[in-house]
Amino acid sequence: MAPWKKLDEMSLVHKEVTRIDGALKVTGAAQYTYDIQRPGMLYGRILRSVHPHARVLSVDTSKAEALSGVRAVLGAIKDEVNFVGDDVAAVAAVSEEIAQEALRLIEVQYEVLPFTVRESEAKKEGAPQVFSGRPNNIGNHDERSEGEVEKGFAEADVIIEHTYHLNVQLHTPLEPHGCVCEWRGEDLYMWDSTQGVHSTRGGVARALEMPENQVHVITHHMGGGFGSKLSPKSYNIICARLAKKAGAPVKLMLDREEEMLAVGNRPSSWQKIKMGAKKDGTLTAFQMESFGTAGIGGGAGVPQPYIYNFPNWKVSHDDVHINAGAAAPMRAPGHPQANFAMESAMDELADKLGIDPLEFRLKNDANSTRQQEYKIGAEKFGWGNRKQSGSGTGLKVTGLGVGSGRWGGGGNNRTEAIVNIYPDGAVDVKIGTQDIGVGTWTIVAAVLAEELELELVDVKPMIGESDFPWAPASGGSTTAPSVTPTVKLAAEAAKKKLLEVVAEEYGVKPEEIRYGKKKFTIPGQGEIGWKTACAALNGKAISEKVQWAEGLSSSGTAGCQFAEVEVDTETGRVQVKRMVAVQDCGLVVNLLTARSQVNGGMIGEIGYSLFENRLLDHDTGIMPNADLENYKIPGALEMPDFDVTFYDEHERGVIGLGEPPAIPGVGAIANAVANAIGARIYELPITPDKVLMALAGRKEG
Amino acid sequence: MSEQQKPGLSRRGFLKGVGGGVVGVTVLPSLRTATARYGTSVGPGAARITLTVNGEKKMIEVDPRTTLLDALRDQLGLTGSKRVCNKGQCGACTVILNGRSVLACSMLAIDADGATVETIEGLAKGDELHPVQRAFIKDDALQCGFCTPGFIMSSVLLLRQNPSPTLDEIKYAVSGNLCRCGTYPHVFKAVDEAAKAMKKGG
Ligand code: FES
Ligand code: FES
Repeated sequence: MAPWKKLDEMSLVHKEVTRIDGALKVTGAAQYTYDIQRPGMLYGRILRSVHPHARVLSVDTSKAEALSGVRAVLGAIKDEVNFVGDDVAAVAAVSEEIAQEALRLIEVQYEVLPFTVRESEAKKEGAPQVFSGRPNNIGNHDERSEGEVEKGFAEADVIIEHTYHLNVQLHTPLEPHGCVCEWRGEDLYMWDSTQGVHSTRGGVARALEMPENQVHVITHHMGGGFGSKLSPKSYNIICARLAKKAGAPVKLMLDREEEMLAVGNRPSSWQKIKMGAKKDGTLTAFQMESFGTAGIGGGAGVPQPYIYNFPNWKVSHDDVHINAGAAAPMRAPGHPQANFAMESAMDELADKLGIDPLEFRLKNDANSTRQQEYKIGAEKFGWGNRKQSGSGTGLKVTGLGVGSGRWGGGGNNRTEAIVNIYPDGAVDVKIGTQDIGVGTWTIVAAVLAEELELELVDVKPMIGESDFPWAPASGGSTTAPSVTPTVKLAAEAAKKKLLEVVAEEYGVKPEEIRYGKKKFTIPGQGEIGWKTACAALNGKAISEKVQWAEGLSSSGTAGCQFAEVEVDTETGRVQVKRMVAVQDCGLVVNLLTARSQVNGGMIGEIGYSLFENRLLDHDTGIMPNADLENYKIPGALEMPDFDVTFYDEHERGVIGLGEPPAIPGVGAIANAVANAIGARIYELPITPDKVLMALAGRKEG
Repeated sequence: MSEQQKPGLSRRGFLKGVGGGVVGVTVLPSLRTATARYGTSVGPGAARITLTVNGEKKMIEVDPRTTLLDALRDQLGLTGSKRVCNKGQCGACTVILNGRSVLACSMLAIDADGATVETIEGLAKGDELHPVQRAFIKDDALQCGFCTPGFIMSSVLLLRQNPSPTLDEIKYAVSGNLCRCGTYPHVFKAVDEAAKAMKKGG
């Protein structure tokens, strides 16, 4: 196995390469799942529960079935519904309008059951039970510790104690979940807006109890997922069953409200934290009791103590069920939650100790990469201009903050790819990965072309189909480190085969042939071009299937971000003015699309810190802000200036970049706000009302 | 503030800045009047309408409940305009109708009868991309690309009305378009570069 070439010897990897699917996307020609049209296609819709918790006594679909244009109805999908938006029944009809009308004709009798939508209440004795047999609605319980926390606090000169609270964030991909199902005989073809064509194939086959080789999942272009689309959901199964029943293809795309209710969210988090340090700034102990809700799902835990070195620590966590849709992994699950609480607490301790927050981090962060990144970032950002918290005067005050993050992002050793070289010189690669918006089409093509010393236009990447060799679902920043080494190795194997064939044809040894830039130099016989060489294949293509191997990728990233905010002390409005990111991800495969990914991570952090909050009405369990106007995600007018630096550790090979930049800025923004107004807000999002309350509190206190 | 004087800050632009949701609803009545459907009754059966889409005259039959967006996507096969919120909050369905920016999800197809509609599919001249499209690719002003057609349509209209926009005017012009992947900074750069290229005649 050859290592990656030297940086200056590469022409397509570690360069700014524009997306190969860019033209398709800017002309509207790219076909997303939402755009798939099949002959005779019907439109599916799901009837959803209006109750947060109820037993489904009966579902009468007769009127819906009688409606002209309705082709299939599924009644009574579940016996019990557990949240507003849960599946009740479904229809397929010749138009969406008719399908919608048919839903209104379905009569459902519910026995309404007690419910709870506040995790702080749900965990109390006597609260309504989301599931029977789980007292106080406690799901997963977790306890971890190291050292002796009491001893650690005894050694501390300064101790702070606070509860940090983050609300539920929604993934909000612009393309909602949805699929198009078409049965061809016994085989099911499913165009799905998924982050995993293979995981979806497996899950769908299991749910429908059919052989996996009869399910074919296709995702050529998809409009974002951010973790919510890693595996199939009930809509996939409902759509497949509707299509089977109707004997026609069915398209079932969720609408925006369904997307917000039913297919995933980032869990809430409440972290009661006690943290101590010595006068010289050495951290001594960390203690946390946390809980959070993943709705009817699990996974609200947070990886504390985050980033910094605590010789003594102890944490415990409870997942608390409420009657809300199940959570799904969202860009760096648990990490931004941990980051917000930890970075806030770090700044509070630093303030108490009278130490500069950055100095305090440098002293307590053992990661050598981040040590460098802090310095690079501070320099670029102008950290030296940071003023004492709350010292600003006037209508608008500014503040600076810093935060850190870490992530794994290694490759999956089971990934496989096939590289074909055809007798006419054509080249392709088949790999069952998918492009969720990060530019996978482009890096697959670039790595293949780089290895074969061809141009981008000479190679054809083939991804997004479950009939291609296995690759992991695109989650956890694993795609690039799984896919790029595998494609490189398969290309290398195919190239070796080609050299062997050419050598035989020209009566030399393979190692005597020099290859470079589409030219084969054969001793004594001069140069031949790529096409001539491939003609030696004599009608049979080379087809090399190769599995991922160690050595071209690594796991483990470090990053930090700095934020400057401006706070209007009269309206409480916070505007992020500047963000600086310094991020390591090993060998950056595409410098252009990587920058986009880091920008995107930071913009997500702005939303999480300042705007986003799924509300649930206490008395009805409904989400009153289930649309894009009332659940606010960042827009053009909220954009600061961004500065992205990749900390060069290319010798470590490829590491994933999806999650890392979506972590550090959350704490950085919160700290910048506290620095600006001289008071801390313990709950995200930092909305104007909370800022005004904090300012009022500061004046009183 | 008349539209003539300050095209970058038209009433629509202003409404967009305030909040996408207001736009579709607020602008609609005036468009209804403009397209002279007002007062005539249609439905409940299908109605026949004529649209000039990307320079071609099209006659289609639509359910009176059908939005312009669904007519374009499902009946004319123009799926470039996206359906994201379907209620005027995100800009993904932005098309240019009679020279103005319209959220196609928030207008009934029958109300567009007789109108001239430009969609993302009509911007390129054969293989030659519009300068805004070229700049979007060059500056990577797209990630998943689902919001991209809407951003491009808003940007194209901006540059028609204001060939030399400032950064703030660019931000304003796309402030009714949402992007979850976070392409905004690259969009601003692309629109700025496209403006410069267009002035050079590129
Ligand atoms: S504004 Fe039309 S789909 Fe969102
Ligand atoms: S590029 Fe994905 S939503 Fe904008």
